[in-house]
Amino acid sequence: MNYAYNVSHLLAGLMLVASFALLYQDRIFAVLNTFAAQAMLLAMSVGWEGWSQGRPNLYITAAIALILKGIVIPVALHRMIVRLGIHRDVEQVLNVGKTLLIGLALTALSLLLVLKVTAAAQNFTREGLALALAIILLGLLMMITRRNAVTQIVGFMSLENGLILAATGARGMPLVVEVSVAFSVLIALFVFAVFVFRIRERFDSVDIDALEQVRGDRK
Amino acid sequence: MIASVSLVIGIPFAAALVMTLIPSYRLSAFGNVLAMGATFAAGLSLLGVTQEAGTYFIIDDVNILFVILNTLVGFTTSVFSASYIGHEIETGRLTPLFVRFYHAMFLAMMGAMNLALTANNIGLLWVGLELATLITVVMVGIYRTPAAIEAAWKYFILGSVGISLAFFGTILIYLAGQAALGEGMPAMTWSLLQANAAKLDASLLNLAFIFLLIGYGTKVGLAPLHAWLPDAHAEGPTPISAVLSGLLLNVALYALLRFKMIVAAHPAAIDPGPVMIVMGLISLIFAAFMLYQRRDIKRLFAYSSIEHMGLIVFAFGMGGMLANFAGLLHMAIHSLTKSAIFFTVGHVAQAKETQRIADIRGLSVSHPALAIGLAAGVFAISGLPPFGAFMSEFLIVTTTFARSPWLALFPVFGLLIAFGAMLLRLQDMLFGEPVGPSHRVKASSLPLVLHLGLVLIAGLYLPPHLAGWLERASELLK
Repeated sequence: MNYAYNVSHLLAGLMLVASFALLYQDRIFAVLNTFAAQAMLLAMSVGWEGWSQGRPNLYITAAIALILKGIVIPVALHRMIVRLGIHRDVEQVLNVGKTLLIGLALTALSLLLVLKVTAAAQNFTREGLALALAIILLGLLMMITRRNAVTQIVGFMSLENGLILAATGARGMPLVVEVSVAFSVLIALFVFAVFVFRIRERFDSVDIDALEQVRGDRK
Repeated sequence: MIASVSLVIGIPFAAALVMTLIPSYRLSAFGNVLAMGATFAAGLSLLGVTQEAGTYFIIDDVNILFVILNTLVGFTTSVFSASYIGHEIETGRLTPLFVRFYHAMFLAMMGAMNLALTANNIGLLWVGLELATLITVVMVGIYRTPAAIEAAWKYFILGSVGISLAFFGTILIYLAGQAALGEGMPAMTWSLLQANAAKLDASLLNLAFIFLLIGYGTKVGLAPLHAWLPDAHAEGPTPISAVLSGLLLNVALYALLRFKMIVAAHPAAIDPGPVMIVMGLISLIFAAFMLYQRRDIKRLFAYSSIEHMGLIVFAFGMGGMLANFAGLLHMAIHSLTKSAIFFTVGHVAQAKETQRIADIRGLSVSHPALAIGLAAGVFAISGLPPFGAFMSEFLIVTTTFARSPWLALFPVFGLLIAFGAMLLRLQDMLFGEPVGPSHRVKASSLPLVLHLGLVLIAGLYLPPHLAGWLERASELLK
């Protein structure tokens, strides 16, 4: 284990901590701030990978993560929330204790799974991959436990952070994919924005519970 | 090869840009038909090119079949869509501005699907499928009713989870190939991965396949990952339901098959067959039972799509020459038949102003032509002779029976259950006293007649050229 691995593990570990923080934040602004912090950690991590692997094109991915996910999107969501007047508490389906326990179990699962499966492989950071998978699973968990459209968006973007961490940790994975991921995040955001505005128009709220009432077969 | 491939992908995307500039919906509907016709011609031209694998694109017998099916159904759907959209504008459900975007998105979606189908780079494959999905999400929500937004939201959330897991699977495939093929492009190139499959890291390959199966399986609509599918079909415009069922599910299945080919070529990796057999059978039997409780006509046929995708995945799970042949044939026939059914259903829903089966009664009295079309479609999809689905289902069951007799009971059971449900619902809709509003519809019957005609011909006589082509494709899929 050398110095380069240690730094990337440190950054990935901090991102995982941010994922856990996202799980229990119940104020919507705190959720956005935590997400912005995670995105900035991602930018640092990708930048570090770019330097240690000698792949300057990763700096582009890092810049996208920093500017778009670390600054532009949180600010935009922040403004939208103020305009919609929904900066109240975030409701959760499960309580915080249970959610965190499930989060711990998912983290343990991904560590055990990835470290076991990649036991023979040496040419990439196995721990980095395991941490990335844990971040992805925690993002999924957040999307399930939150009932508010904005926090579900944040859950999805935190999941994407995990994906980009995994993609950049894989040594030499062609740039084509990283650009496409950034691109897809843009499109996803566009779609999300459209939805949030439409939901607002229809229900005067971005609470998914308002949607749940119209689900299922029309009787 | 590159010229044809770039036409197949380029025409729809270029036309999509043009569509955003045309304000008249009549003109843009016509332009849509024209562009899809040109794309279909470009798809057919793939038959004449040399089959080869480049860095980014690949053409072989398998994906030529998928591309031609894709562009054909896209073309006929654009014809149907022109008459459907005209009616929606008259009734005021859609405004001309939305129709402008509708046509642009329709074309962009076709381009994205063709990109996924011709990609040799597993990242590009993912991008194409992702783009097509995101566009359909917007299309599903286009009516902006609460139900449509709920359906689009559910589709979006489940679709993105599927997309993310598939992407993680793609990263794992890259890592599995990295040691043998070196860093960079080669480890992302499908043809190289497949050719060198035996040298890949087996345990990483296993893990990757699980993620890809769950990720792309969500898009195929395999139970228990199917929750988005009925809502998305029911709440969007009917041409989109036809394209979802007939095409997008196929493209996701295609992605799954490509990765199955890599995993199956590795002696020490898990056998993807049994996993696919189990998931296919669960979808088939679950959807067959769910058919009985449906009250919405589009939901009914959406569950029928889950049922048939289950059967197709089962066939590919069985593997081997004959089962693959039957799976490919059934996939093509299902696409043609199901989109034909949705064409009819679209007109029925417009004529009766409702999608509720209980309110669509006495069609045989009020709209005899639609009734005949619907009955023919339901018979064809239920696998009655002389339609093509009979032959493909018969092949799937007999080849299963020859290899493991007990296993053959499950698909037969599921198909019979589904057949019963279909007949019951068809009877509800065709007979009885007509109730509620009833309009005349200006329907173009050409797409319907063309699709059912092709399905009928496939059931009676499979031309040797086509059979030979399917055989070569099944050989590749082995």
